[in-house]
Amino acid sequence: MSSVPARQQPATGGASPGTPGDILDVTDLSVTYAADRGPVVAVDQVSFAVEPSEFVGIVGESGCGKSTLLFAIAQLLAPPAAVTGGSVTFKGRSMVGLTDRELAAVRWKDLSVVMQSAMNALNPVRPIRAQFADAMRAHGVRSKAEIADRSAEVLRMVGIDPVHLRSYPHQLSGGMRQRAMIAMAMLFTPDLIIMDEPTSALDVVAQRSLMVQIKELQQRFGFAVIFVTHDMSLISHFSDRLMVMYAGQVAEFGATQDLFDQPLHPYTAGLMDAFPSIRGPRRELLGIPGSPPNLAAPPPGCRFQPRCPQAEPRCAGTPPELYQVGGTQVRCLLHEDGGGMEGSNP
Amino acid sequence: MTSPNSNGQAQASDGTGAAPERGSARSSDRGVPGGRPPGETLLRTDKLTRHFRIGNALSQQTLHAVDEVSLTIGEREIVALAGESGSGKSTIARLLAKVYKPTSGEIYFQGRPLSAIRSRADRLQYSGLAPMVFQDPFGSINPVFRVAHGVTRGLKLHRPELSRDERYAEARRVFEVVGLTPADEVLQRYPHELSGGQRQRVGFAQALAMRPKLILADEPVSMLDVSIRIGLLNMMADLRDSQGVSILYITHDLASARYVADRLVIMYAGHVAESGPTEEVMANPRHPYTQLLLSAAPDPRAPLGVGAETDRGEPPKVINPTPGCRFRWRCPLAIDKCHQVTPELTQILPGHQAACHVAQQGAEIKAFG
Repeated sequence: MSSVPARQQPATGGASPGTPGDILDVTDLSVTYAADRGPVVAVDQVSFAVEPSEFVGIVGESGCGKSTLLFAIAQLLAPPAAVTGGSVTFKGRSMVGLTDRELAAVRWKDLSVVMQSAMNALNPVRPIRAQFADAMRAHGVRSKAEIADRSAEVLRMVGIDPVHLRSYPHQLSGGMRQRAMIAMAMLFTPDLIIMDEPTSALDVVAQRSLMVQIKELQQRFGFAVIFVTHDMSLISHFSDRLMVMYAGQVAEFGATQDLFDQPLHPYTAGLMDAFPSIRGPRRELLGIPGSPPNLAAPPPGCRFQPRCPQAEPRCAGTPPELYQVGGTQVRCLLHEDGGGMEGSNP
Repeated sequence: MTSPNSNGQAQASDGTGAAPERGSARSSDRGVPGGRPPGETLLRTDKLTRHFRIGNALSQQTLHAVDEVSLTIGEREIVALAGESGSGKSTIARLLAKVYKPTSGEIYFQGRPLSAIRSRADRLQYSGLAPMVFQDPFGSINPVFRVAHGVTRGLKLHRPELSRDERYAEARRVFEVVGLTPADEVLQRYPHELSGGQRQRVGFAQALAMRPKLILADEPVSMLDVSIRIGLLNMMADLRDSQGVSILYITHDLASARYVADRLVIMYAGHVAESGPTEEVMANPRHPYTQLLLSAAPDPRAPLGVGAETDRGEPPKVINPTPGCRFRWRCPLAIDKCHQVTPELTQILPGHQAACHVAQQGAEIKAFG
């Protein structure tokens, strides 16, 4: 699963014109929240591209901007948040600045979003089938038979008996609600499904089976997935490429297997060392001391420097750029020279 | 917002400070099968049962949240109570904290039955000996007071013999123990000025100020970020080693249970499925449900066994149950007996119990993973 090779990225994190094959191109995207004490840049010049049928994972701690990034891509930001720079190109069309009517045509049909809490995302006073029908009617499907057939079909795809079309959300278990959300996201077999921690409210067993199912569906229907989570171990077997975000910036971005085998950024390495394993020898872990910085006043140099075990004096003053090391981009002065470090051989 | 610097100090101090001490304690543990030598029993439950009546007047039903659970917690022991949501683990914590009354069964704390507690003074004394730490560090501390308020108020109630200055000194002591340093400064902060991890440490400090014997910690790290969970788990182990408290660690995360707990109790649908020394249960799980949980735990260090992922079941709500193993509908190994007789928790190896008919026949079973 992780054998998909790393995409060859242009050298720096700057403006990277997407190759025509990309389904989504995010370039230098910045999102700012207008707060009382001045603007807070929650997403700071993030660039990445997603190929068709690709599974991209985004991990980071709470407050690192990962959900804001998703909302910006799906154009779901509401004031006080606003896109203040960069572009989002989806299927060759710029998403930033589309009118609501234009966005409505894209949503569900080409791009769906699965939210963290299905209990809040589903309407509690309407049965599942009514909500499915709403989405389909909004895109011009009028035939009742067609709506019923397709609704039953997508529910079957996610392993739920179509009798539950009559069920209200509270009659489904947590796992089934999330599955129903994913079924709804697939009504039109979109090209891209954006998922914001869809499994975080689930138990381990339900979580694992949902992940396996998402992966199976993805391989069967060929949609691309952007999957946001705070749990790095969850995504290790499922994503092709992995982006680690820290304090609104990309800390490291590369093939999932490369990141797990040889994390380049000290933050990625710290995250790896932060969760205990159920196998192997039991050993002392230290986690990462401290907490993420306040984004209203980020540290002047490297944003991870106050917590970094490998920080050097210059880290406090010099903000690192994204450096290319092999197939991985990493924002750390240790890798400034790119080639010379371990892991540089592609 | 807090400056990153003081946070760094607060959490680094216990991460590094606790390490050598704990490391040595651990390595000596590991040699003995069965973990640390069993201490005195601190708390014991005997067929503890809690049912809830649900439904309306026309359809009275009984939800069996906890059924005949017998478990023990030793002195200076961390016991992990693990299971999926709805398995009854939080109900057990609330029974032990005397938030709920048991439907039947008894809890013995230091040999004395809790049902004998009648007076307010006795209740207060018990809740000081076995305080709770809650899951949500954002909802469990009063936001309008400085964090010193919560600690000193608890002290006023539970240890009225202390003077005002003594209370403050005690608050300072427990803040230092849980790694909230400099204690004087942190005590004067408001909850919103602290990170989630720091707030959860405040929760532990409040519990610790009562001079407890047992801390009932209900999912204390599940709402924290991955990078700071370990610091809190290390702190819990340090509390056991340096303060001599026992901790009931309720979790759904087996990896963290393995990291911190001496003994592991796996619950399924209100029953104990398996219990034993943590390493022993992890290395040698005998109940099919434990095997399922272990196979589902995400682990980047292990290859993905997709073949074993056929289970899509979820734990049942135990309403008006009939006899039989509650896991039988999901169990690939279920035999006729499982549908008729509820399995008892029986010793399979020294100190290692499982409630499974098939495992009790002596065969080494492998249902999942």
